[in-house]
Amino acid sequence: MAVLTSTINPKDETFITNQQAMQSIVDDLYAKVAQIKQGGGAKYQERHLARGKLLVRQRIEKLLDPGSPFLEIGQFAAWDCYDDEVPAAGLIAGIGQVEGVQCMIVANDATVKGGTYYPLTVKKHLRAQEIAERCQLPCIYLVDSGGANLPRQDEVFPDRDHFGRIFFNQAIMSSKGIPQIAVVMGLCTAGGAYVPAMADESIIVKEQGTIFLAGPPLVKAATGEEVTAEELGGADVHTRISGVADHYAHNDEHALALARRSIARLNYQSAQSIPQHPVQPPRYDAHEIYGIVGTDLRKPFDVREVIARIVDDSDFDEFKQNYGATLVTGFARIHGYPVGIVANNGILFSESAQKGAHFIELCAQRKIPLVFLQNITGFMVGKKYEAEGIAKHGAKMVTAVSCAQVPKFTVLIGGSYGAGNYGMCGRAYDPTLMFMWPNARISVMGGEQAAGVMAQVTKDNLARQGQTMSAEEEQQLKQPIIDTYEKQGHPYYASARLWDDGIIDPAQTRTVLGLSLAAAANAPIADTQFGVFRM
Amino acid sequence: MLRKLLIANRGEIACRIIRTARELGIRTVAVYSDADRHAQHVQLADESIYIGPAPSAESYLVIDKIIAAAQQTGADAIHPGYGFLSENEDFADACARHQIIFVGPPTSAIAAMGSKSAAKAIMEEAGVPLVPGYHGADQSPARLRQAAEEIGYPVMLKAAYGGGGKGMRIIASAAEFDAALESAKREAQAAFGNDKMLLEKYLKNPRHVEIQVFCDEHGNAVYLAERDCSVQRRHQKVIEEAPAPTLASSTRVAMGEAAVRAAQAIDYVGAGTVEFLLDTNNQFYFMEMNTRLQVEHPVTEMVTGQDLVAWQLMIASGEPLPLAQDQIMVHGHAFEARIYAEDPDHDFLPSTGTLSLLQPPATSAHIRIDSGVIEGDEVSSYYDPMIAKLIVWGENRTVALSRLIRALNDYRIAGVRTNIDFLRRIAGHKKFMQAELTTHFIERYHADLFPILTPEVITDYAIMATLAEHHEVVTSNSPWQTERAFRLNEPRQIVQQYHYQDQLLAIELTATEQTWYHAPSKTHWQVESHQGHWYFSKHGHRRQAHILATSAEIGVMTEHAQVRFLRYQVALDQGTTTSAGGLTAPMNGTIVQVLVKPGDQVTAEQPLVIMEAMKMEYTIRAPQAGLVDQVYYQAGDLVSDGAELIRLTEE
Repeated sequence: MAVLTSTINPKDETFITNQQAMQSIVDDLYAKVAQIKQGGGAKYQERHLARGKLLVRQRIEKLLDPGSPFLEIGQFAAWDCYDDEVPAAGLIAGIGQVEGVQCMIVANDATVKGGTYYPLTVKKHLRAQEIAERCQLPCIYLVDSGGANLPRQDEVFPDRDHFGRIFFNQAIMSSKGIPQIAVVMGLCTAGGAYVPAMADESIIVKEQGTIFLAGPPLVKAATGEEVTAEELGGADVHTRISGVADHYAHNDEHALALARRSIARLNYQSAQSIPQHPVQPPRYDAHEIYGIVGTDLRKPFDVREVIARIVDDSDFDEFKQNYGATLVTGFARIHGYPVGIVANNGILFSESAQKGAHFIELCAQRKIPLVFLQNITGFMVGKKYEAEGIAKHGAKMVTAVSCAQVPKFTVLIGGSYGAGNYGMCGRAYDPTLMFMWPNARISVMGGEQAAGVMAQVTKDNLARQGQTMSAEEEQQLKQPIIDTYEKQGHPYYASARLWDDGIIDPAQTRTVLGLSLAAAANAPIADTQFGVFRM
Repeated sequence: MLRKLLIANRGEIACRIIRTARELGIRTVAVYSDADRHAQHVQLADESIYIGPAPSAESYLVIDKIIAAAQQTGADAIHPGYGFLSENEDFADACARHQIIFVGPPTSAIAAMGSKSAAKAIMEEAGVPLVPGYHGADQSPARLRQAAEEIGYPVMLKAAYGGGGKGMRIIASAAEFDAALESAKREAQAAFGNDKMLLEKYLKNPRHVEIQVFCDEHGNAVYLAERDCSVQRRHQKVIEEAPAPTLASSTRVAMGEAAVRAAQAIDYVGAGTVEFLLDTNNQFYFMEMNTRLQVEHPVTEMVTGQDLVAWQLMIASGEPLPLAQDQIMVHGHAFEARIYAEDPDHDFLPSTGTLSLLQPPATSAHIRIDSGVIEGDEVSSYYDPMIAKLIVWGENRTVALSRLIRALNDYRIAGVRTNIDFLRRIAGHKKFMQAELTTHFIERYHADLFPILTPEVITDYAIMATLAEHHEVVTSNSPWQTERAFRLNEPRQIVQQYHYQDQLLAIELTATEQTWYHAPSKTHWQVESHQGHWYFSKHGHRRQAHILATSAEIGVMTEHAQVRFLRYQVALDQGTTTSAGGLTAPMNGTIVQVLVKPGDQVTAEQPLVIMEAMKMEYTIRAPQAGLVDQVYYQAGDLVSDGAELIRLTEE
């Protein structure tokens, strides 16, 4: 037992200021989520309901076990990305429990641009499939989509990670025994027709679901044949004649009930690769994280205060506590699941990078999932540090992170800059799931530093020409760079582009990690083979 | 004394008789059908004999099988209980022929009282007051109609060989006479194999007061006080009590003595009950005499301190009555509530199924429960769906009634619908508390006894059900179980759907820091549970409730009401063609009559099929106008619950 003792004082002025600042951005986060949940808005929702269809989130509610959590991913996808508003990229994805089985649910929102696939819709769909494949979660596709967004066909059709990859993934997952269930609840045209066709089992709703390679207008144009959508590819045709779909559903509710039965009959075997121990809540209130962390990234805090509010019983056995102290490593449990925590507590030095590499090796060897709490401005710079080989020490940590085959979960709790992002399992290092707090920022370096670098380069150029720059001119040069970095490093910007799997309320971190660990435990953990560590 | 007693019955009464027989050192033999292989009465008896298939006509009603069972086991006596063969003179005869003691009156007494019209003639001679009526042999509709005119409407039509309300009709005016006569005759024929009818003056606001009598072979006769069984539903007793409240002692003695006279008029031996109607002027009229032990005998036992089954057995062995009239004392007050598997909200349709939960209140010197079933037993459609009799005693009526209400509150049954809530509403009714009893009690206070719950109240109960379902449901430690209703960047949200009658209710609750908030009603809720006790707070007002949950439904019971919700379920097998035209049997039963044939045009509400189940007739009507496409059954066919009877096509 090594229970962390919190030393915070909730009456402290800084604590209160921090708390209020964090509360206000969390409130903004909740407000935006509430807005995103409105999908295509009241007008399109009413039209959708008038057709006797359920809204996409209602469908998910009815598909899930009553009271099941729903771990939504990519909630902010396409936020402020296109000229049109495309809430959640017109596709709801997340992990939920169906008949006691954790499933990946991927559901089109037909009230958003007819459920058509924007580039980020495709990216989100593929990311959901990637998570499902990684965690071996059965996939349930609730299809109600007009297919690729035609004006943007160059961004959604031809490349490797474009529309076609959806069906590739279905085939590959099916081949690995990861069930693929499709429920056709609306249009399912052209390429989209392959979602049910590629599925292991498919359900279609009468008078709502249609599956065809070409819709009635295209058929008329191509052959002159006049045919209704229902005759061409309705439930009756596909369950009686073509065999493209397997189950005939009378309405959405019936279809979802049938999908639940399909899952109940999967004979699904979870690998249970992460043993679960009895669960104990942390000894401290998660909401105190607000007052500890605040929103000013320049103000340091002891990351152990955060760990104490995430792990079971606030019990944390630290590894190499006295060595490379700017990186905190240690063992704990979250919702009973063992984890190795790697958390920044300052800038990375050679020692901390080596310690991180060592600890990651331990966890990979012992098959303990890794949780990265990222708050890093980068590796230390300067002559002394380059000379002691900080680049190769950093490389060791990056090698360890890259090769570790255990489930990895990354939470950006502050800054995520430069090579620090790499060593701390940024997106490129394939974390099983990655989340961001609303106070976090991500960019190649801080805005101030980038502006400073740009100013220095300009000053050097001017100096070669014998010129100088006034403080005012320097500020004019720096400000746009600072502004751009602030905008592009913001969680809304990042999450909109799916650089992560979602922004989360810091107070929900423990729950999100617990659900993620339990989902990951469905897949077996492979042995790790590390690459060459530069010594 | 008897050595070995065969009980030609089942259920609670068989268990009840076995209990006393044991105390008296008499060995017991049970008989059982296929449906009762594992029943309590079989478990309790020293020996048991299998007597055939579940339908009673093939088992409990087959005289030869019962006699054979007695002979096989060497039983020297048979107790018939109530119902079944208890008032069957052929059976009493058969016992006599085989030198088996029939625990009951002589055949002649059964015969004399078996026909109501003959009984009345005897009573008239013995000076027992009678209600004006027609008991004649001329059964022509015209003669009966004329008799009704002579007596004066309203009149009551009764099956001469009936009982239990079957074949009985109250006719308010001449216009209703023909239809009522026809249906009463049909019911009587089906139930008793005889459709002879008699007519009586129908009394307004009468009370049903009956006298327990006992006679021995030595010419002694006593009465053991009276019972008031006024609270009746379709002539079936619902709550009985002893003694009859507010009865003048002179009337009590007069009734007792008249009852003894009635018994002596037919040379009665054993336990019998003389039923009277008591009008508002303390005039009483002989109704009928039951030549058996009554269902409600325990209330008499509770106030007299006597074991009536023991009395029966003593008399059957030829012993004299244990007490003389002046030794019989009445002490305190007792109630009996009959707990039935039936659905008061659907015309008391019998409810069949498994008793997945059966927790009666704790028994004591004041609380007695006579039951023949335990948790896990099946309530089948073959027999009377009574689950138990709840009997309470108190120093006076007020105390006894409080105990009754409390015990009803503590009764927990799930798996079948029950009338407990209905019983509770009667027991708690102001007029019942004031002992303003009449046989019209239930119809008069119908609105109070079948309260219409407002949508707001239903919503409150649905919220409680929802909270209960999501409260500390721990099937595993997985966060996917424990982090209930988690939503990212939102408060937790519970969405629960229930079917309530014809409606689909959707309850959405949102977590706040301390409470669950229900936006449509703007109410804040909290829930706690300790060892099966549930507490729900609405805006800080904390109340206890009981939750009765099964896989199919969830019930919430408070002191005000019990509301049941069916769990939300989508029928998986919806077929590929519409089944809207199908009309299905509401329960297991027999088709009595098919009123339409394929090709018939029918209008909405038109009767299509009459079925009989649990000894009651049910009419299946057209839900809308249409054309009869197919008829799947004929009169006499057995149908099971949910079987499609007729296919209608909509026009």
